[in-house]
Amino acid sequence: MNQPRNHLTGFVREFWKYRDLLKQLVSRDIKLKYRRSWLGYVWSVLNPLLIMVVMTIVFSTMFSRNIANFPVYLFCGQLLFNFMNTSTHQAIFSITGNGALLKKTYVPKYIFTLSKITSGMVDLVFSLGALVIVIAVTRAPVTWYALLAPFVIMQLYVFCVGLGLFLAQANVFFRDIQYIYNAVTTAWMYLTPIFYPIEALPEQISWIIRHFNPMYFYVGQFRDLIYYGRMPGAGIAAAGWITAALMLIIGIWSFSRSKDRFILYI
Amino acid sequence: MEEKRVMIDADHVTIRFNLANQKVDNLKEYFIKLLKKELMFQEFLAVKDVSFRVHAGEAWGLIGRNGSGKSTMLKAISGILKPYRGTVTVNGSVAPLIELGAGFDPEMTARENIFLNGCVLGHSEKFMREHFDEIVEFAELQDFLDSPIKNYSSGMRARLGFAVATMVQPEILIVDEILAVGDYKFRQKCEKRMTQMLSGGTTLLYVSHSIDEVRRLCDHALWIDKGVARMQGEVNQVCDAYMADVKK
Repeated sequence: MNQPRNHLTGFVREFWKYRDLLKQLVSRDIKLKYRRSWLGYVWSVLNPLLIMVVMTIVFSTMFSRNIANFPVYLFCGQLLFNFMNTSTHQAIFSITGNGALLKKTYVPKYIFTLSKITSGMVDLVFSLGALVIVIAVTRAPVTWYALLAPFVIMQLYVFCVGLGLFLAQANVFFRDIQYIYNAVTTAWMYLTPIFYPIEALPEQISWIIRHFNPMYFYVGQFRDLIYYGRMPGAGIAAAGWITAALMLIIGIWSFSRSKDRFILYI
Repeated sequence: MEEKRVMIDADHVTIRFNLANQKVDNLKEYFIKLLKKELMFQEFLAVKDVSFRVHAGEAWGLIGRNGSGKSTMLKAISGILKPYRGTVTVNGSVAPLIELGAGFDPEMTARENIFLNGCVLGHSEKFMREHFDEIVEFAELQDFLDSPIKNYSSGMRARLGFAVATMVQPEILIVDEILAVGDYKFRQKCEKRMTQMLSGGTTLLYVSHSIDEVRRLCDHALWIDKGVARMQGEVNQVCDAYMADVKK
């Protein structure tokens, strides 16, 4: 099956043909994750809840003086960062891990990367259930602005797809990426105000994070809507959308440039 | 003779392969290879300048010794590999049976795998639901539908893979030495299904080391030797020449 002449219509037609494969791969990830565990799907709500409890106990002793309702503050950042972290870490292996299959049948390769990010997203939606529980238990005020949260999640999803595509293709040629990326995400976590307020940082570092850390754009907007109950600033929202679009373009560009050579390296 | 539609047109195809030689003895060699970009990539031409043309309804056997590039050629035709030089033009839907059940997930049950594998082959879920019973019946695995594939024997897995892959009548069927694992009765059944497809107008590309099977199923043959096309044409002539060469 050769690539159709017209790239975009060919791409759309192919995606439509394989849309059920994406669905199957996502449902496989979710089914297999909790298969043979007693509590099954309950874990996807329970797990973030338990981690949040542990982190609240650890960090509230250090930072709680400046942050009201620390559990909700922490959870807003934690959920989004976790989604980005796990889904992109999974995406790194989406091409190399499916090597056996890609050598034997023709499948659009990006489907595997897309499916990993999408399963992470489904997990995130489950975890939002945990967030609702925390909000209810701590009696945090919720405003109508919370209904805009899906837009922030959408930005982050687009960002993660771009990043995932970039990492997946890079890892095919350069397996060291998977180890380097571990260190990168660890640093990234500490540089994102998840369990501390951004004001706690020295001015220069805070300025850099506010302008160049994409996760700050998403966590910041999400917190505005859920935790502070206010409209995010136009600047941070624009930064979120633009970064997501840029990352997607970088991802698609690097992936499509190298996808025909994958087979030689997997 | 009537003019038939060209289904597969391989035009001066050369296919590159990565040998990825891992033998690096010392740091000096490591850097030399790194600079020459040979560390992760070492070129090997698996198929060299092969041309052939398959018309609708023909059945071609690809013969040759192990490692001569037969499977690589099939992969180029199924779109898995891109030719390095030359072009492969394919007109029609391809069902590649390169390895049965390549898309199976060992942790999932047969029922789930039928859907997954069908989607890997580009079918929709709805389509799979409609053909589900037919697949199960052909594979004769009714009793094991809900146990994970990892508990299946290789023969059972092959049956299921064959059943899923041949559920539709494709215009081009590509078969790469896959029936070696099934038991005698199932091989008969598979051969019967392939002959049925052939009489239904499907074009067949068949790789096998069993020259008898090639003679029985195919009408044309292509003999590839170390990546070079040695001979092509009528099946018995090519097979005779190949056998004569092997016995030499």
